[in-house]
Amino acid sequence: MSKNILKVENATMQFGGVVAVDNLNLEINEGEIVSLIGPNGAGKTTAFNVITGVYAPTNGCVWFDEQKIIENHPQGKMKKLYKGQHAGEYTHVTAPTPDVVTKLGMARTFQNIRLWKSQTVFDNVLIAKHLRRTSNLLTATFRLNRKEEEAQRADVERLLDIVGLSEAKGELATSLPYGKQRRLEIARALATEPKLLLLDEPAAGMNPQETNELTEFIGQIRSKLGLTVFLIEHHMDLVMDISDRIYVLDFGKLIAHGTPAEIQSDQRVIDAYLGVAEDA
Amino acid sequence: MKTNNHRKSWIALLIALSMLIVLTLLDNWSGTPAMLLTVLRKGSIYALVVVSMNLLNGFTGLFSLGQAGFMLLGAYTYAVLTVPVEDQSAVYQRYATGGVGFSITETLSGAMGQFGLLIGVIFCLLLAGLVAGVFAWLIGLPVLKLKSDYLAIATLGFAEIIRAVVMYEKLGPVTNGSNLLYGFTNFSDFHIGGLKLDTVMPFIFSGLCILVVVLLINSTYGRVFKAIRDDEIAAEAMGINLAKHKRMSFIISSFFAGISGALLAMYQASVQANTFKASMTYEILLIVVIGGIGSISGSAIASFLFVGCSEWFLRFLDNDTKLKNFNAKLIFAIVFGLVVVGLAALIFRKTRKMERMEKLWRQIPVGLLCLGLVAWDIWFVISPNLKLPLLRSGFRMVVFSVVIMIVVLFFREGIMGDRELWDMKRRRPAANAKAGEPK
Repeated sequence: MSKNILKVENATMQFGGVVAVDNLNLEINEGEIVSLIGPNGAGKTTAFNVITGVYAPTNGCVWFDEQKIIENHPQGKMKKLYKGQHAGEYTHVTAPTPDVVTKLGMARTFQNIRLWKSQTVFDNVLIAKHLRRTSNLLTATFRLNRKEEEAQRADVERLLDIVGLSEAKGELATSLPYGKQRRLEIARALATEPKLLLLDEPAAGMNPQETNELTEFIGQIRSKLGLTVFLIEHHMDLVMDISDRIYVLDFGKLIAHGTPAEIQSDQRVIDAYLGVAEDA
Repeated sequence: MKTNNHRKSWIALLIALSMLIVLTLLDNWSGTPAMLLTVLRKGSIYALVVVSMNLLNGFTGLFSLGQAGFMLLGAYTYAVLTVPVEDQSAVYQRYATGGVGFSITETLSGAMGQFGLLIGVIFCLLLAGLVAGVFAWLIGLPVLKLKSDYLAIATLGFAEIIRAVVMYEKLGPVTNGSNLLYGFTNFSDFHIGGLKLDTVMPFIFSGLCILVVVLLINSTYGRVFKAIRDDEIAAEAMGINLAKHKRMSFIISSFFAGISGALLAMYQASVQANTFKASMTYEILLIVVIGGIGSISGSAIASFLFVGCSEWFLRFLDNDTKLKNFNAKLIFAIVFGLVVVGLAALIFRKTRKMERMEKLWRQIPVGLLCLGLVAWDIWFVISPNLKLPLLRSGFRMVVFSVVIMIVVLFFREGIMGDRELWDMKRRRPAANAKAGEPK
């Protein structure tokens, strides 16, 4: 059995009195492609934000690469407000900022594309390599880091080649068509040299052909680069095609998980998506 | 690629050298208008502080208004350390034990002549920058957590506090309170043989500093600053430590503001805390906007333009002027009319590009204003009055304000937008923002 790369343990995210993610438990093994699905507002993106350090969970912890990276428990006025389970089980507070989590080897894309608008395609990817730099302010300013600079530039060329954007590298990121912007975001995430890639609705707004290309592309990311992929997606064709396992969220709660075939026949999932017949 | 780059740097070096030679000649030729020298000196110093502000506001997207405070720190650090020992009792006459009791530049120039003086000045300039940088680090700890307007207010407040502290009576023995500090080493102390270097020195100092900023902006750190400006959340998600890089930008910007403050002190040959008011920061911000937010060369060009206008070209607006005869009046009226009509046409074209046809009624006020001015122009020609109206003390600032309003309303990009002079030949990648948006 390959080792566990991401483990979310009893994570609850509560905003005031609203529980966005309720006692989430999930595990992802190295080399897997795992999807997180669920109806709108189910708390999928919130779960992503908890994992990547954007929000500190109200309670629970996250393990990455067999290392506890995030842990929190209800504090202050949250103590009274807290509605979730496992209160009191966690005592430490470890709440890294997203940049720290990314440095550990977790990179993400965004649901609503967040490229650096005034930068070219090439620079967008190059900037994301900044965190792997060893040069400091002085060596970078006075160009004493030529070797590293060239190595990183070569690396960016290679990444752009993989995502098929080599020809557009001099263009402004925002001048690309939508599908290519998505690919650029993935290239940018890959530039941070992650072990785990988190994709937030990578196929949103894509036409069927682009979606097919993306399906193939995500498969290649695993086979060529040996990455683990965790994605949120609404396109069921894509999800069923590429996922090894699927987790289903509804109203913040995990309602099912299993292989695509299991999920397709799971009554709770069907109910969540189609609604329960009231007069049944 | 590489040889191309080498050739470019050689060309740049040649241009810089020839510029320095021309400046030296101008400095020593008796026919040079004194105003031109003033504009060149002050403009070059302003260019540095404007670039430093642009680094923060334009490239990192941090709206800060503390520049005058950091300039003041730099200016005082420099001045206090370089007042000659025998002058200190005169300068600090209100304080019995005034002055620091030594002068770095004096000691060094005494030991090594002009070379020692240069070393001393460079050392003191760096120290001036460092003091500003250290203060920026301290202020940055609490303040950089704030965003946009709040950051601006906090930094503005800091600048005012620093000014008040420097003027504090108890600090008098060092800062001379609210009195002038003077007599310290300035540009006129530099000379090679009999050659004056008053204008060349500020150019060299601020040019070198701006070069460092340009190198920084084109390095990986500069790219990160721009990424933070464009999208902070994405930058953080890509592993960029926001706090660290914002602090870095803030400290570097303040460092160069400190140096430019010291240079300004050298240029004025005196310092007084009262000159580093908030209005100075606004002036600098104004130049940043006119030059283009996010353009180094735009900042430099705008600095010279601004200083030129405020010190030289627009001075006439502050004086009462009587035209000599009817012909002069006619020429004035024609030029005035053409300028008004030309500006109105420019604004029309600009608004037509920006707005849809149904909003064209918005052009009516501009049209009416233009007609009114032309009517007044004609009336002025007919009337027997030879004195130019409006021209009086203070009118220059009115014109300035109107120019700023026009720039902000219609030419928001400034002179250069976010382009650089050296990129002008290259075609800019098409900024077609609409194409990428989801349907």
